[in-house]
Amino acid sequence: MREKSETLKGIAVELCMSLGVVLAFTTAVLLLAKAPPLQGYRYLLEGSLGSWTKIAQVLTVWVPLTLCACGLQYTFRIGLWNIGVEGQVFMGAMGATAALRWGVGSEFPLLWLVLSALAGALSGGVWALLAGLLKSKGGVNEIFGGLGLNFVAQSISLWLIFGPWKRPGIASMSGTEPFPPELWLPSLEGWRVSPHALLFTVAVILGTGRLLQSTRIGLALKAVGGNVRAAPLFGLHAGRWMLLAMVLGGGLAGLAGTFQVTGVYHRLIPSISSQYGYLALLVVMLANYRLLWIPFIAFFFAALNVGSIQLPMMLQVDSSLSGVIQGALVLATLLVHGWREKAAERRDAETARRAGGERHA
Amino acid sequence: MVIEFQDIHKHYGASVANRGISFRVEPGRIHGILGENGAGKSTLMKILSGYTVKTSGRILFDGRPVEYGTPAAALDLGIGMLYQEPLDFLPLTVLENFMLGQASGFLQSRAYYERKLEEWCRQLGFQLNPGLPVGKLTLGERQQLELLRFLTLGVDVLILDEPTTGISPVQKEVLFEALKRLASQGKTLLIVSHKLEDVEALCDRVTVLCDGAVAGNLDAPFDTEQVLGMMFGTPPAPPPRCTASLGSTVLSFEEVSATGGRAGLTRGSASFRRGEVVGLAGLEGSGQGPFLRLAAGLEEPLGGLIRLGERVMNGLDPLEFRRSGVTFLPTARLEEGLVPGLTLSEHFALAFHDRTFVIPWNEVTSWTEKRIDRFRIRGRADSPVESLSGGNQQRILLSLVPEAPIVLLLEQPTRGLDLESARWFWQQLQGLCANGTTILFSSAELDEILRVSHRVLVFYNGSIVLNVKTDETDFNQLGRAIAGKV
Repeated sequence: MREKSETLKGIAVELCMSLGVVLAFTTAVLLLAKAPPLQGYRYLLEGSLGSWTKIAQVLTVWVPLTLCACGLQYTFRIGLWNIGVEGQVFMGAMGATAALRWGVGSEFPLLWLVLSALAGALSGGVWALLAGLLKSKGGVNEIFGGLGLNFVAQSISLWLIFGPWKRPGIASMSGTEPFPPELWLPSLEGWRVSPHALLFTVAVILGTGRLLQSTRIGLALKAVGGNVRAAPLFGLHAGRWMLLAMVLGGGLAGLAGTFQVTGVYHRLIPSISSQYGYLALLVVMLANYRLLWIPFIAFFFAALNVGSIQLPMMLQVDSSLSGVIQGALVLATLLVHGWREKAAERRDAETARRAGGERHA
Repeated sequence: MVIEFQDIHKHYGASVANRGISFRVEPGRIHGILGENGAGKSTLMKILSGYTVKTSGRILFDGRPVEYGTPAAALDLGIGMLYQEPLDFLPLTVLENFMLGQASGFLQSRAYYERKLEEWCRQLGFQLNPGLPVGKLTLGERQQLELLRFLTLGVDVLILDEPTTGISPVQKEVLFEALKRLASQGKTLLIVSHKLEDVEALCDRVTVLCDGAVAGNLDAPFDTEQVLGMMFGTPPAPPPRCTASLGSTVLSFEEVSATGGRAGLTRGSASFRRGEVVGLAGLEGSGQGPFLRLAAGLEEPLGGLIRLGERVMNGLDPLEFRRSGVTFLPTARLEEGLVPGLTLSEHFALAFHDRTFVIPWNEVTSWTEKRIDRFRIRGRADSPVESLSGGNQQRILLSLVPEAPIVLLLEQPTRGLDLESARWFWQQLQGLCANGTTILFSSAELDEILRVSHRVLVFYNGSIVLNVKTDETDFNQLGRAIAGKV
């Protein structure tokens, strides 16, 4: 019976209903803000998909969002709520920055870019491992541990920006001294997005799919997530698999942070994560934890983020409208999905009764 | 209340659980519903209790046709069902559970309900401590509480699903007395069971179901052969005892103490030889659970030594026990033994394909299909385990046991299985034992222990009070030991 809502038609119906709810809600919000709704939607669309430059901008947001969301696949699979992605992005960015600071003036900038990615992944992974150890050794729920570590990570980054890594002469909210262009992730002429990062992200999506589908890692994560108590009977060390899932998730979040430094800002800034960690949680929930949907939903969310940037200028509406839409979308989807499941159950019971009645009439 | 079933059908998709069931249940009597696993008894009772909806047919109460589709609606009509696993709230106390559902209004007088609970307990001969969290009760006590709750809600018809499964002989006696008293007060009682002895001791009339249909109705006194004939066609012979000769000591406990369960384990000593089958008897929660979990490495001893062969195993993790040839099959299959959400193939891949990084799914599937065949599991390679019946889940657990385990630990392995399945299960176990596997199993059925084991350990309040060869003991001695009289 459960498969019913998984058919293409079912998904399409759910999507339309959710979008309808969101559209109604957002329109109401815009009207309350005394802004013309149609104009608002037009600006959102034009601001995100209106030109190749805009699309490239959307893709720069898509990369970290997708990386974080892929990382969350591992932790959700084993039943952990890795709220700490946000902090792991910060740590990744700091790890990458630290590596790149060493590489300034080096003759092999490419080597240092690779090293920065490794340092970023490692930092994010270690930060996630910390949350995992807090859980397994200290009995601290990973949600609280992760949330706490998010604040710690953010504070460390502020301390670095205003302390040891401050710009010569003056510390500023605009971040550390920018790196020389040879330490930037190369991007195509006129595009702000790096093709390397795009290709890498696609590889991560495919790799995650393969890892979860057809390897022992994927199966073990699913098994431990399904029943921790049965794990030892299958020779699985539940605690170690949880730590591995955290490290994998944290590593990918760290790479997202690395990309923010090497590909987007070319320095460490106070809001380096742009809250993509939290946003990625919404992406995964909206995707119903399915990898297949993640790239598309991440693209949609990225488009909303980029599209809303110009709203303040054009309509005097705050750009947080994108957040309103994203949040409403997740809630509406969960609501519509739950509602349809219930309706399907009732319908099944009814048809079963009727079919039986005819057969034995 | 007179209940009449008229041509009840129930289909789950393509599979048929009930095919045209008709019979009548009189008030003031205890009516047994007998049948092997999958005969359709649970389905029929779920329909009566409003838990599922019938596909077709009629149910009449006192001659009036009734239609309802939820347990709440059934309760309004005076029908309550006790499930094998009571549907109670473990963190709440006995009194709080008792008050749930009947106490209304904002201010609930605890004293009033405490008196009420006490009164009911006295009437039915139950002993329940109102302040204890339900999580600390035995299954039998939780069942008593659930029974009381239904009675105070004013039910006329009580359905009990395998009520004697997992409870002690003493609790069983108390329960039977209570049920007889309730019947004499005019309540209608329906007992679902596959245990002949219970039905014989309790029921006035039985309806035997076989393959979803009524195989016959019988009145007490029952002719065992006749009942078995209705249930199975031909009565099964009891499983024989394994006759392999015993080898050297493979597992030993030396003065082992531990917490866990209700009583923990206090200075337990025993040793087990190659090819030996040992039954662990005792009331539920007397120390058998911790004993088996200690032997599997799932719990750590506070004191004493556990040896596998010569090797001291204290402090090693369960995976090391597993690598050393120890396998444990828990009684709570879906909670502790299997992974809900995973298919049969995925379980086999987990258990048997731990050497390869990329899982060869084609190979796994064909391997799974062979195992399904060999272990007569009713399910497909891609069925999630939770969609299978309890008996089939037990077969999966058995099929997951490695080729030649050194020690096999089983917690109530035949709990909830019908006679035929239990017999088949023991045949498989004895095949292992003949190859030198040492088998330790706990069971609430003394009959089973006496029939299949070489030796019996009796647990009482966390201690091993009797350790005796099966040939040198009998039902009475074991019964006394279980009750703490050695």
